[in-house]
Amino acid sequence: MNIDSITNGFVIDHITKGRGMQLYNLLGLDGLECSVALLRNVGSTKLGKKDIIKVDADIPIDFDVIGYVDPGITINVIRDGKLVEKRTIKKPSILTNVIKCKNPRCITSVEQELDHVFKLTDEENNIYRCIYCETKAK
Amino acid sequence: MRSLIDILDLTTGEIDGLIEKAYDIIANPAKYSEVCRGKKLATLFFEPSTRTRLSFEAAMYELGGNVIGFSEAQSSSAAKGESVADTAKTISCYADIIAMRHPKEGAPYVASLNASIPVINAGDGGHNHPTQTLADLLTIHREKGGFDNLTVGFCGDLKFGRTVHSLINALSRYKGIKVVLISPDELKLPSYVKTDVLERNGIEYSETRSLEEAMPELDILYMTRVQRERFFNEEDYLRLKDSYILDLPKLSDAKADLCIMHPLPRVNEISVAVDNDPRACYFKQVLNGKYMRMALILMLLEEAKK
Repeated sequence: MNIDSITNGFVIDHITKGRGMQLYNLLGLDGLECSVALLRNVGSTKLGKKDIIKVDADIPIDFDVIGYVDPGITINVIRDGKLVEKRTIKKPSILTNVIKCKNPRCITSVEQELDHVFKLTDEENNIYRCIYCETKAK
Repeated sequence: MRSLIDILDLTTGEIDGLIEKAYDIIANPAKYSEVCRGKKLATLFFEPSTRTRLSFEAAMYELGGNVIGFSEAQSSSAAKGESVADTAKTISCYADIIAMRHPKEGAPYVASLNASIPVINAGDGGHNHPTQTLADLLTIHREKGGFDNLTVGFCGDLKFGRTVHSLINALSRYKGIKVVLISPDELKLPSYVKTDVLERNGIEYSETRSLEEAMPELDILYMTRVQRERFFNEEDYLRLKDSYILDLPKLSDAKADLCIMHPLPRVNEISVAVDNDPRACYFKQVLNGKYMRMALILMLLEEAKK
């Protein structure tokens, strides 16, 4: 399979197999006009299989979304066809408007203008809780 | 601005300080009768709760302060669609401290983020009710002389019972606490409370469906009401509401110095005959709640000055 190389943009690499589409949706890549490639089940010496996303445009990236979905990811930033930066991602301690609280008893269920904010309460088990009602993110 | 949203917002040292203050208020009420002169407490009750609201109001009056507020959402701007944040900002212009009850979880926290005066969570849905926990802690302290090495049984609705979750959270910070969870399967303590609170703090606990079986080892028995408003389904409520009723025969194997507690209101889960038993402490809890609210109002107003 041939995918054109990127001139200016980024490659999200080492996505855990199967999480590429979730990341694609959460990052809102479906709304972009530029070339975007989602590769699934790509062979990897490190992971066995992995997903990769390539975006051929210099757009702002929400690192919190990436860190929430898959903190093991690396991001390769490409300028003029060359790799200029390689970033590893950490789990964000706070997530704002990345996921929604599903608790029907939460104040966010009735006050539409409130930010949906989740806090990392258990790093080891990757548990985020709503800062208002403490419901666990699913 | 310092507020009280969750009982864990207070350190054990601060809880000890509030208890000490409450003891002093009990011993010297006259000393405190004018300390809040000129101060106003706003009681913002978006759902009815006679007991908690009157307790806050009595607390403020006994400190020499005044009270403004409303007792249901229909008589507030919320009925016109005002947000909690805007209500908090507005009330900050009128009062010195807020006590808020709201049916939605997290509403008092939203208020605290927007108010320029302290906010006390007076109950947010099935989530937190820290001043009830303060009342419970003072009651345990007065009855048992402290918190260490107690076996505490929680009986009834442990799933939706916010007072249970808050008290377990508070007690888990003391030494040698043992917890016995007595409930039907449908109303068991949520697993996250077990893992995040009991197990994380190394608290010994057991679960049983039998109140009689657990009774002999208990120092404290915390009864709860199976609350209609916490159920989505009326059938489930009717099936479970009479699951655990405490009466005198069930107390026959209990310790002579057992302390029976209940956050009230009671429906029928404690027989009226138990009221005359010296081990019944639930009306003492009500009184202790007023003292702890007095101590808390004083503490938060003092911190607001800084």
